[in-house]
Amino acid sequence: MEPLIHYAPYLGWVYPNETVIEWSVAIVVYPYITGLVAGAFTVSSLYQVFGFQRLKPVAHLALLTSLCFMFFVPLPLLLHLGHPERAFNNLLTPHLTSAMAMFGYFASFYIVLLMVETWFAFRPFIVEQAQRRNGLLGLFYRLLTLGSYDLSEKALRYDKKWIFWLAIAGIPGAHGLHGYVGFVFGSLKAREWWSSDLMPVVFLFSAIISGVALLIVLYVLSCRLRRIPIDLGCVKGLAYTVWAFIMVALVLEGLEFANIIYKGREGVEMIIEYVSGPLLIPYFVLQFAIGAILPLLALSYMIWRGTTGKALITGVTLSACLVLLSVFMMRWNVVIGGQEISKTGKGLLEYQMTIFGQEGLIVAAMLVLAPLVMLVGVTRLFPPWDDAPTPSLVSSR
Amino acid sequence: MKKETISSLVARRAFLRRLGRAAACAGAVAGTGALGVMKTVAAKNAPASGAGSFPTKDYDWTKRRWAFGVDATKCIGCLRCVEACKRENDVPPDAHHFNTWVERYVYLEGEHRPRIDSHHDPVNIAASGSEKEYRFANRYKDAKVEKAFFVPKLCNQCTNPPCVQVCPVGATYKAEDGVVLIDPKYCIGCRYCVQACPYGVRWFNEAKGVSQKCYWCYHRITKGLQPACVEACPVGARIFGDRNDKQSPISQFIRNNRVQVLKPETGNVPNVFYVGIDKEVV
Repeated sequence: MEPLIHYAPYLGWVYPNETVIEWSVAIVVYPYITGLVAGAFTVSSLYQVFGFQRLKPVAHLALLTSLCFMFFVPLPLLLHLGHPERAFNNLLTPHLTSAMAMFGYFASFYIVLLMVETWFAFRPFIVEQAQRRNGLLGLFYRLLTLGSYDLSEKALRYDKKWIFWLAIAGIPGAHGLHGYVGFVFGSLKAREWWSSDLMPVVFLFSAIISGVALLIVLYVLSCRLRRIPIDLGCVKGLAYTVWAFIMVALVLEGLEFANIIYKGREGVEMIIEYVSGPLLIPYFVLQFAIGAILPLLALSYMIWRGTTGKALITGVTLSACLVLLSVFMMRWNVVIGGQEISKTGKGLLEYQMTIFGQEGLIVAAMLVLAPLVMLVGVTRLFPPWDDAPTPSLVSSR
Repeated sequence: MKKETISSLVARRAFLRRLGRAAACAGAVAGTGALGVMKTVAAKNAPASGAGSFPTKDYDWTKRRWAFGVDATKCIGCLRCVEACKRENDVPPDAHHFNTWVERYVYLEGEHRPRIDSHHDPVNIAASGSEKEYRFANRYKDAKVEKAFFVPKLCNQCTNPPCVQVCPVGATYKAEDGVVLIDPKYCIGCRYCVQACPYGVRWFNEAKGVSQKCYWCYHRITKGLQPACVEACPVGARIFGDRNDKQSPISQFIRNNRVQVLKPETGNVPNVFYVGIDKEVV
């Protein structure tokens, strides 16, 4: 068995208590999942609120993705707590000066909003199934109708109105939830690597690109699995979205880093040593070069050349995978990176991830994959597919 | 058709007017609210509890204003304070969890930066033979030492403690007498406070699932005793007392010396006062 506590090796001078790195990979996964929720919701809202017709085929899938990931958002935190059974103290007696105090309320509000919006979005389907099916599944759908079987035009118009306003309320909800995750880190003055006014927006934009990228991968994958043609217009719409947001995310992250270096406050030598040493590959190579700049260039090239067909699908999907990697690395570099730079400004630590255990690699990987497994199940119960693509844009598979 | 357009325009204007009024009202409410919120959440925390006898009947925390002094010119690095603290407060006997520790700063001839070490340094652990024994290795015996000194560290019981500010459930709070306390029965173990402390004095007790730190031996000082480390120090490098009492050792220490605090730029306003430390001490 692995020991309970792992002491981090260090260089230079670090405080003795710092040799136990307290926020592990579980806390890396937490903002990653939250970001995917916010990003997926953005895709759904682009269609529901802003009328991006191209994104219609993924609008419902985006909503379900957001919902499935949101269910798992509290889990890494609960696994991390020393006393998970006291987690509700956060809701019962929130200490309002804490950046973390509102999390419970934000998260609960947002889960409820997502569930209500999903219910409205799938109400016609639920009613239809409730009337058609018998047995346990029939009972399930009948319960879900909440007694409302009205599918008249007036009722559907009313549903649409709810979906619209819920989507509008959801935009600040999802983005607030995630910007707030950034604030949890950015508001701490003890760590130079975290203490940045830009942190919430950096988190937000990286969240959006990660969610859109996830939707690209899920959409292409689902079409392949269901053996139906991929709507090129939709892929293009998603590619444009990711392209635009990646630009903002890159500029913000670059600015944040430039600020730290340019201001050159106490301890900056250590930061420079850190980013040019242990963080070189995770930060410059994986997060920036391969994860953000490469997909940006690839997408720009495809947009410029008007790439279409299979090449577009492959290019966009690969770019999306790289973006997903980049955002994960960004979370890693913030959460773990921040703790690897000592508060003394005179030393560096090394986080050693455990494989097994509550906060090990396996559990972290499961936390990222679990929402996807749930999504597979949920799409069976509530098919989000919209199989009526614009004929001219259909890929010739 | 035209009539319809005009009426819709009128309706729209009326709607916009209403919207404007609503926004103005909301703005006013938010503005007043924001002023209140600002005062509450700014890193300037008021004491969490009011007057009253706590934790013993004979102790009134409104009457005391505890403070701590460290005279680094006196410290000889014997680490009796560390051992006493570990025993007194049931701190895990290893080299990675400390309520108080001692740092050694050594300037070698020709070097501009000090070499700093403490008990978690593998060389010191090897010298003492165990993580449970605390000793500084005589590692510089063959080097030409230009300047060297020891700096004891402990919780600063900040006037504006960032650890209290960030606790999501209020399990850690500032007592009226100035000591920052933790309620181990309420702490959820999120470790946000560990991250927020710029001095690295907080640590997480894996076995108990809660954050811990030095609280100046609150169980002793409320009974009229000195903190364990102060009592164990053979050279009087650690000074403790009540600032409300002008003749207390700490009041005299602060009055008679030019004292400084650690990381004053953080705005935390620490209550451990140092004499004889160097610019490199953080």
